[in-house]
Amino acid sequence: MAHLEREQKSADGGMHAERLAGRTQQVFFSPVEDENFVSPGSFQVDVEKRAELDAGEMDTTAINLKIRELMGDGRGTIVVKNPLAKHSLGVGILSRLQLHFEGSLGYFGVGMIDGPNVRISGRVGWSCAENMMAGTVLIEKNAGSCFGAAIRGGDLVCKGDVGARTGIDMKGGTIIVGGRTGAFSGFMMQRGRMVVLGDAGKNLGDSMYDGTIYVGGAIASLGVDAVPAEMTERDVAWLERKLAVYGVEAPTGVATMQKVVAGQKLWNYDNLEPTEKKLVL
Amino acid sequence: MCGLAGIIHRVGIADIGSEMTSMLQSMKHRGPDSSGFAVYGVPRDGELVMRFKVAEQEDLATGFDIQRQMRERRAEVDARIESLGGKIVEAEQVTEYALRYRLEYDGDLRGFADYLEDIEDVEVLSIGEGLELIKDLGDANRVADRYGLKGFNGTHAIGHTRMATESDVDIRSAHPYWAYPFRDISVVHNGQLTNYWKSRREMEHRGHRFMTNCDSELIAVYLAERQAAGQGLDVAMRASIDDLDGVFTYIVATANSLGMDKDLMAAKPMVLYEGDDVIALASEEVAIRSIFPAEIDTVDPYEGEVRVWHT
Repeated sequence: MAHLEREQKSADGGMHAERLAGRTQQVFFSPVEDENFVSPGSFQVDVEKRAELDAGEMDTTAINLKIRELMGDGRGTIVVKNPLAKHSLGVGILSRLQLHFEGSLGYFGVGMIDGPNVRISGRVGWSCAENMMAGTVLIEKNAGSCFGAAIRGGDLVCKGDVGARTGIDMKGGTIIVGGRTGAFSGFMMQRGRMVVLGDAGKNLGDSMYDGTIYVGGAIASLGVDAVPAEMTERDVAWLERKLAVYGVEAPTGVATMQKVVAGQKLWNYDNLEPTEKKLVL
Repeated sequence: MCGLAGIIHRVGIADIGSEMTSMLQSMKHRGPDSSGFAVYGVPRDGELVMRFKVAEQEDLATGFDIQRQMRERRAEVDARIESLGGKIVEAEQVTEYALRYRLEYDGDLRGFADYLEDIEDVEVLSIGEGLELIKDLGDANRVADRYGLKGFNGTHAIGHTRMATESDVDIRSAHPYWAYPFRDISVVHNGQLTNYWKSRREMEHRGHRFMTNCDSELIAVYLAERQAAGQGLDVAMRASIDDLDGVFTYIVATANSLGMDKDLMAAKPMVLYEGDDVIALASEEVAIRSIFPAEIDTVDPYEGEVRVWHT
């Protein structure tokens, strides 16, 4: 079954305040350094080998297939020009890659990725990097709604404003927003961290199970069972390190940021089902 | 799902027919059922443009004597226009069932439109000094070709690609909707209105006319009612955020302006490009990029936002 004797660096470092300890939280492989974190059959690329691609006349499928073809050729740095805000570009990349989009993406950009470092010099539409497993995504301008929906890991950074329902149902990873975010951000969040340097729209963290939201600006209103919490030294230290990596800053300093966590009043995991309560014990 | 598009040239006129066709065609995946255009051409002094239809597309396939019926309905329309003191300057048969008239008429527009729609199966799609409302089944290119829209010059336009979710796939349920009977006001809507039937009953009691079972028509009637009460467009749009229940992003156009409204959940998308002379907005950026291929700065308006631009 689960191999429970393992190093728990991140947990010991205090980065996980989550209480959820269901079966899916157990790890079924041994994450030691020399074991590959690579998907079987994934591409081996050399970041020194560069390729450029003009996507202006290509449709979404052709662009994504071309990226795979270039990766099969060992290209580790791919620059895509003229994406013209097409949808679903750069999806399903399951290995390391330096991927640059010179322009804007449409909906579902770089969804379901597991490993690449992506930079987008324009803006993105809805649901960027949805279901990301690992990797980094940096967007220079703004983003639409459902930014980073259901991500499980990795860093997703937007330097500008983002829309509503940011990080909806996050299951891990880190979202950093340089500007403001819209309503229902962090809706039903389960794990992970969301950092909003600007203002947050109404119903922030509505029905969140767990996870942490940090806000540098004003919060329009907190959602159901989202409650403020005290910033700790660990929070401050982590935020300073993390924000420095992406070259963004909290407007009035990290220590003044507000922290929002789950109130845990919606937790019903130990409760009996209604019909179970009928049993005469 | 539905796709919306709007474009307004603040200075001068442009080929908005081609621009809107391009925007809507690039969003065909959002709504393959029908396409609709509300284009605002250059008004002619003292003239109104009326777009109306004398049958539904499906009637042509099933009606036994439909050709004769359409001819009779049209003749009756002509007779009634004359009896009200109107003058037909130019009559154009655009398709078998869709017509475009240039009119001179300065009487009560409500009575005029009511009298014409009293003829069975006649629907007035729009009346306005600049507004021309064209909607039909098929994608944008198809509708534009049938109605000769490419090359239509004007100041602003709104358009819609429809994926029918609440009502039938027919011409009357397609968008845009004219805010009957107010000249030059048209609306396109993305979303679902959940208090449609309740509001519709109340408005029908107050004497408003509903031609379809499509919930989007409610927005047009709502704005028309507010217009009748003398309320400004942006005031009415702000009030609609509270009065309308459901999810909606809608674009409304008048003789010289274009407005956008989003519900409080920001549930339906809108991307906005504000250039120096041109404002373009659409459900997806690909639509805007189909006419502005270079990299541009676009934003998504936030929940509860109302914006209005003027020519």
